[in-house]
Amino acid sequence: MLTNITIGQYISGDSAIHKLDPRVKILITIILITALFIIKTFTGFLIYLIYVLLILFLSNISVIRVLKGLKPLFFLILITMVFHLFLTRGGEVIWQWKFLRIEEEGLFTGLFMTSRIALLIMFTSLLTLTTSPLQLTDGIEYLLSPLKRFGVPAAELAMMMTIALRFIPTLLSEAEKIMKAQMARGADFESGNIVKRAKKLIPLLVPLFINAFRRAEELALAMESRSYRGGEGRTRLHELKLEKIDFISFVFSLIFAIAISFF
Amino acid sequence: MLISLENVTHIYEQEKSVRALSNINLKIDKNEFIGLVGHTGSGKSTLVQLFNGLIKPSRGKVLVNNIDITAKRVSLKNIRQIIGLVFQYPEHQLFEETIYKDIAFGPINLGLSKDDIIERVKEALGLVELDYNSYKDRSPFDLSGGQQRRVAIAGVLAMKPRVLILDEPSAGLDPEGRKNLMKLLRHLHRDYKVTIILISHIMEEIARLATRVIVLDKGEIMLDGSPKEVFAHKEELKKMSLNIPEITKILIKLKERGLDVRTDIFDINQAKKEILTALRGNRNVD
Repeated sequence: MLTNITIGQYISGDSAIHKLDPRVKILITIILITALFIIKTFTGFLIYLIYVLLILFLSNISVIRVLKGLKPLFFLILITMVFHLFLTRGGEVIWQWKFLRIEEEGLFTGLFMTSRIALLIMFTSLLTLTTSPLQLTDGIEYLLSPLKRFGVPAAELAMMMTIALRFIPTLLSEAEKIMKAQMARGADFESGNIVKRAKKLIPLLVPLFINAFRRAEELALAMESRSYRGGEGRTRLHELKLEKIDFISFVFSLIFAIAISFF
Repeated sequence: MLISLENVTHIYEQEKSVRALSNINLKIDKNEFIGLVGHTGSGKSTLVQLFNGLIKPSRGKVLVNNIDITAKRVSLKNIRQIIGLVFQYPEHQLFEETIYKDIAFGPINLGLSKDDIIERVKEALGLVELDYNSYKDRSPFDLSGGQQRRVAIAGVLAMKPRVLILDEPSAGLDPEGRKNLMKLLRHLHRDYKVTIILISHIMEEIARLATRVIVLDKGEIMLDGSPKEVFAHKEELKKMSLNIPEITKILIKLKERGLDVRTDIFDINQAKKEILTALRGNRNVD
């Protein structure tokens, strides 16, 4: 029922991309997304797409898997296209029917914006597809640690993210159990209009929240009784270490990003 | 026949195609008290969820009152009224503001009249030995764990099921709570003629209450018979990481040491009598 929902789309593997340091991957993603917003021409997008496909090829992840990631946002892409097509004015009129009119500028901007969104999603999903949630939080913690000076609790934030990710499957299986228990008492979660259905969720949501709070309290106690007292002075089991390949990838991506920004 | 399974196989597709049950044939009659035992992961919980249509089998048929509940367009609500299911730690499913409302949830879903609902809540609370007037308006979350569990069980009893399935109902209860629960089950079985299916790891409970014991292992029924028959297979049970009741164990040990006692006794008083007569018998020989 609920357990077939996948959270975090990580696909385990041992490709070169998988092995890259998560910090480097996060930085590369930020840099290249910035570049994506600077690019002004279709040629730029084309080169960018080739770059994405190259990374995809190196990571051994099928193109179909990445395209599937676009599916939930298909509607957004479609709306962007339609709005630009009919509302952006400028250039010659390409097509007209009564009050509907498509002009050159609209077609161009529409295609431009949709390619930008599609590439944006593809690139960010490359990060989550090849980096496990734990590595990701590790990377974020390292990258945020310079901000500790200004009072940003980087380690605590990372710990919160880790715990949240860890408990998603637990909560899902619990939701399924509670749903079944209420269904055994004649509850019906599947029929009725939206308002009715939302009301019917109360017997599911109340116990789910209560159990989540109880579990959080127990976890906090368990952590404290094992002497957890925040991130200060904590060492880690798996230290992140930068290899030569990490530097090379970073420098290459940076040069690529700068170069492509001129297109 | 109340419940009958024909060649039922269930495979969890999402979890690496784990075969939870394979080729189960089972008939459960009116007014049986079944003890369902098996090691963790043997398929007990899957099996009982098939009975009221919470899980549909991958293959095979499940018949309740001779109606095939795996067919399309079967009103599962009716099936769930006939077959009540108390999950593990049922107190984790409480959700209403008051105990009354929580117990009334099932009857309301059945579409009963207000008077009927009040009647049923009263009766259900009475069965779990909580006073209607002093408890009905309290929040279920203010109760102790043991009381919460009783309220949760009352919530299922208020549906007036003809079959009551309980998945490890005594887990985490103190000895007193456990005793009361077993008393309730015996009462329901004997006086209300409710068919009971009890999943438990505690063999003493099963041995004392059940009229029939079914042993599941790796998704298959390995043993099925009266407690006497099943617990006679000591070695096979051991192989499935299952135990026999402590009292039976003692009697078997005594027999191995040469005391002539019966080994098919599960009740402490009977065992006492048996040992005493055996000892007296020996003394007489002396």
